[in-house]
Amino acid sequence: MNRQISVYTDQLTRRFGKFVAVDGVSISVYRGEIFGFLGANGAGKTTLIRMLCGLLKPSGGEGSVAGFDIKEKSEQIKKRIGYMSQRFSLYADLTVTENIHFYGAIYGLAKEEIRQREEELVSQVGLDPYMNQMTKDLPLGIKQRLALGCAMLHNPPILFLDEPTSGVDPQARRGFWNLLYETVQTGKTIFVTTHYMDEAEYCHRVSIMDQGKIIEMGSPSQLKESHKKSTIQDVFIALVGGEKTDQKE
Amino acid sequence: MKKRHNRIFAVVRKEYLHIIHDYRTLFIVFLMPVAQLIIFGYALNMEIQRVDMAVIDRARSPKAQKLIEEFGGSSYFNLFYYDGRYADIETLFKTRRAKVIMTIPRDFDRRLLRRSMVPVQFLIDASDANAATLIRNYCNQIITNFNLKTGNRTALPFDLRRTIYFNPNMKSAYFFVPGLIALILIMISALLTSVTIAREKETGTMEQILVSPVRPREIIIGKVLPYILLSFMDGAVILAIAKFVFQVPFTGSLLLLILLSVLYIITALSMGLMISTVAPTQQVAMMMALTATLLPTIMLSGLIFPIASMPEILQYFTYIVPARFYLLIVRGILLKGSGFVQLLAPSAILAFMSFFLLNVAVRKFSLNLEK
Ligand SMILES: Nc1ncnc2c1ncn2[C@@H]1O[C@H](COP(=O)(O)OP(=O)(O)O)[C@@H](O)[C@H]1O
Ligand SMILES: [Mg+2]
Repeated sequence: MNRQISVYTDQLTRRFGKFVAVDGVSISVYRGEIFGFLGANGAGKTTLIRMLCGLLKPSGGEGSVAGFDIKEKSEQIKKRIGYMSQRFSLYADLTVTENIHFYGAIYGLAKEEIRQREEELVSQVGLDPYMNQMTKDLPLGIKQRLALGCAMLHNPPILFLDEPTSGVDPQARRGFWNLLYETVQTGKTIFVTTHYMDEAEYCHRVSIMDQGKIIEMGSPSQLKESHKKSTIQDVFIALVGGEKTDQKE
Repeated sequence: MKKRHNRIFAVVRKEYLHIIHDYRTLFIVFLMPVAQLIIFGYALNMEIQRVDMAVIDRARSPKAQKLIEEFGGSSYFNLFYYDGRYADIETLFKTRRAKVIMTIPRDFDRRLLRRSMVPVQFLIDASDANAATLIRNYCNQIITNFNLKTGNRTALPFDLRRTIYFNPNMKSAYFFVPGLIALILIMISALLTSVTIAREKETGTMEQILVSPVRPREIIIGKVLPYILLSFMDGAVILAIAKFVFQVPFTGSLLLLILLSVLYIITALSMGLMISTVAPTQQVAMMMALTATLLPTIMLSGLIFPIASMPEILQYFTYIVPARFYLLIVRGILLKGSGFVQLLAPSAILAFMSFFLLNVAVRKFSLNLEK
């Protein structure tokens, strides 16, 4: 694997008033990796992603995405990342095609490019039967695939996905993760947060986050080995305590 | 350069899709103003036509006939003779056959000749107090006319005070309709754009836009453009109603009126957008847009109260009310036939306001990034 760094942070911190939502996070994510952020609700995953995407200013520390400083070069970064926020955020009152064309256009793609990407997406993501439906009428799993598709229209080398599969059944999640695997094959980097323990097992590397801090990091097999547990779920419970995990899965 | 143009167009297209996919927007744009203009227009007009009047003519004389003709000839009253029992006249009100009953006494002519008081009785149904006041005033006026014609200086059997809103010749339409155009245009336009950015915040699409390379300026311009067209069509409907329903004269240049109305619309849309960048939700945005447009326009633009007669401090406030300047324009063009040169000052002020508001909107929009 190529060791080129896609996302780098050093003691990255974000405070809201006195409250420290992200507390001195230092990570390096390499090209071609699926890097997972595992943490209970409120751990600070979204705040971290939003800083990396340029939506929030850091209160302290350093960070770079695709080699560009997150404090100064957000315009450069924007062109190189795709972002899927934890809330579904496509236009519900536009059809699938209309959404694709809008997002393509604001990324400055030409009409033919958009059409070409649209075709690729349709086959890759399986949107074929839905193209002219209102986005609000789609099943949740399809909405998530569409959101991923829209985030990738401009072919960004780095993807930030914030809880992309929350709320759908395990089968739909499996399908979504298969898509992610296909995507990293093409050399993209995926930075994904989740609170589903089983999804952590699919990541190349995971970091476990609690109260704004990273308390453990490594490949799933390393983590299980060093903590002598058979699943990431057990590792997580041992580290963070059972009451904070999402026990539904 | 090519790419920027493209992105503005993408935003325009998206806003256009929102508009056509949501019948509520079209409802706001077309039905609301029409209803408002007609309702306000007639309400402010303070006039009733063809009031049913029962006549009890005890005199049956040529003079009495003349008085009756005076009433019958006016468009305010719809006369019929009542020859039932006097004791039953209450049923005329109860069955709503009449709103007013006029009783002419038997010795009408004789008393007129003697130039003494003639007690002609008017019974008015006062269940609608406003209407009763108006009816009383109409009667008043006709009796006065009658007295003038017959050379009488007879005292009349009722109070002669006039109310200020009495307005017999529909002249109020000339005065109020231009004001209503100003009010409705600013209200609808500001409402339309006030929700557009707030909606993106509420639904979460704002984040998606902010991580894209699209610039705040492009979003703001892209959001104003389609609504200019929409509000313009609105303005056209309102002006058509002013002309054909209220018969407001169009003395000056229609083209100039349209151009300057578009300028006013842009000011209103910019105001809505500016509000939208600071409002957290659509609800709040709509409330803010209504607050910012409705009361200031009604109270401080000169629509109802002349600016010159306001307390001095309030007069200063009128300078930030766009409708104040548009009223000069619309009244000037419609009623006085003013040309562009006379209207240069208010037009320049509106242009400056739009520019200022749009800039604030762009600035505030960029700040969303850093919150
Ligand atoms: N804009 C904000 N203002 C104040 N506190 C916030 C803000 N955004 C997030 N927080 C707080 O920061 C903490 C981390 O939130 P978040 O990053 O959304 O966690 P996660 O995504 O892991 O669930 C939470 O306690 C949350 O209440
Ligand atoms: Mg989150």
